[in-house]
Amino acid sequence: MTQPLKVDDQNFKGVVIEAKTPFLVDFWAPWCAPCRAIAPAVEELAGEYAGQVGFGKVNVDENPKVATEYGVRSIPTLLLFKDGKPVKQIVGLRPKAELKKHLDDVLTGKG
Amino acid sequence: MNETYQLIIIGGGPAGLSAGLYASRSKLDTLLIEKAGLGGQILNAEMVENYPGFPQGISGSELGALIAQQATKYGLPTAFAEVQGIEIKDEKIVITSEGQYRAKAVIIAAGSEHSKLGVPGEEEFLGRGVSYCAMCDGAFFRDQVIAVVGGGNVAINDALFLTRFATKVMVIHRRDQLRATKVLQDRAFANPKIEFVWDSVVNSITGDKQVREVKLRNVKTGKGSSVEVSGVFVAVGLRPNTDYLRNLLTLDEVGFIPVNGQMETEVPGIYAAGDIRAGSIRQVVSAAGDGATAAITAERFISSV
Repeated sequence: MTQPLKVDDQNFKGVVIEAKTPFLVDFWAPWCAPCRAIAPAVEELAGEYAGQVGFGKVNVDENPKVATEYGVRSIPTLLLFKDGKPVKQIVGLRPKAELKKHLDDVLTGKG
Repeated sequence: MNETYQLIIIGGGPAGLSAGLYASRSKLDTLLIEKAGLGGQILNAEMVENYPGFPQGISGSELGALIAQQATKYGLPTAFAEVQGIEIKDEKIVITSEGQYRAKAVIIAAGSEHSKLGVPGEEEFLGRGVSYCAMCDGAFFRDQVIAVVGGGNVAINDALFLTRFATKVMVIHRRDQLRATKVLQDRAFANPKIEFVWDSVVNSITGDKQVREVKLRNVKTGKGSSVEVSGVFVAVGLRPNTDYLRNLLTLDEVGFIPVNGQMETEVPGIYAAGDIRAGSIRQVVSAAGDGATAAITAERFISSV
């Protein structure tokens, strides 16, 4: 398992928008149980896709700006960025296999 | 991947975790397969006041995490995979998104998932005002007017919880009375922020970047109406995810798995426990009991073959 980077309102642009690879951002909060439940799968994917996709977590309690900017009104929400733009939005506790498919689609240019 | 176990448990909610607790304490070589995360539906409950041993009540997320912690304490391995089918050869073959696993016995404890309304706008506005988890998303609707659809325990619990954030919570229910337990009903009727829209179903959810309006239809008069809300919390019950089992087991008309008192299905060595079995009262306490029963029945079966 690999810990996703801590992303916040300040470093979001540098870490996510300007990333050279696709970047998955996990919007979460400490009081959200499904967010905690999805975390291990995201950490596993961070390990499996190391070097191909960047992974980060945004605590929406502490970073309302970026959550509002991307219209996040439900957590967990995973936003997958490519070339600085969100290309996939995955809402709720979803199976790891489904997350993997979204990553593969973006990596192979299908999504 | 092609791994062989004595027992495979499908589902990491209270039923599957309780089965895992019993199986791992019995030193059965067991694998628990969960598609998304350990804990199950109960993670979404703000407060659980009817699970014995917690006289002050306990939050669902805490209870789910404690059950998971206890179940894995005796070395229960877990795998993240989505089960796509079960085949019976000499042993049971569980086919998943991550490969095949083999076992002598399988306990199906995969629970159920949220029923959808199936109306226009529901999918489009998911994550933009439509939610199935009041606990997760309530805080995004501070000082706004929101709707809860449903009339059971989950819907009324959600409505009560959401009054902490919202200025008004409209409970839209298709009947003229609630199904929720009386204690919850009393709390809801006494809460000045909760308003009820009876005998009504949702026709569509509309908006722009986010939800703005819900269009309703009165089932008695047929009359249409609409309410302006910025969020819609859907709590219209649960349905079992058992479609991939249809060629293996006879399911009931809704899709639940019939079992006997020992949690045995019609196929020897295949058991069902918790919300997914027919006739379950869908409580944490019964799911835990089912899981324990299924594990003990499975253990007897495994040692007999």
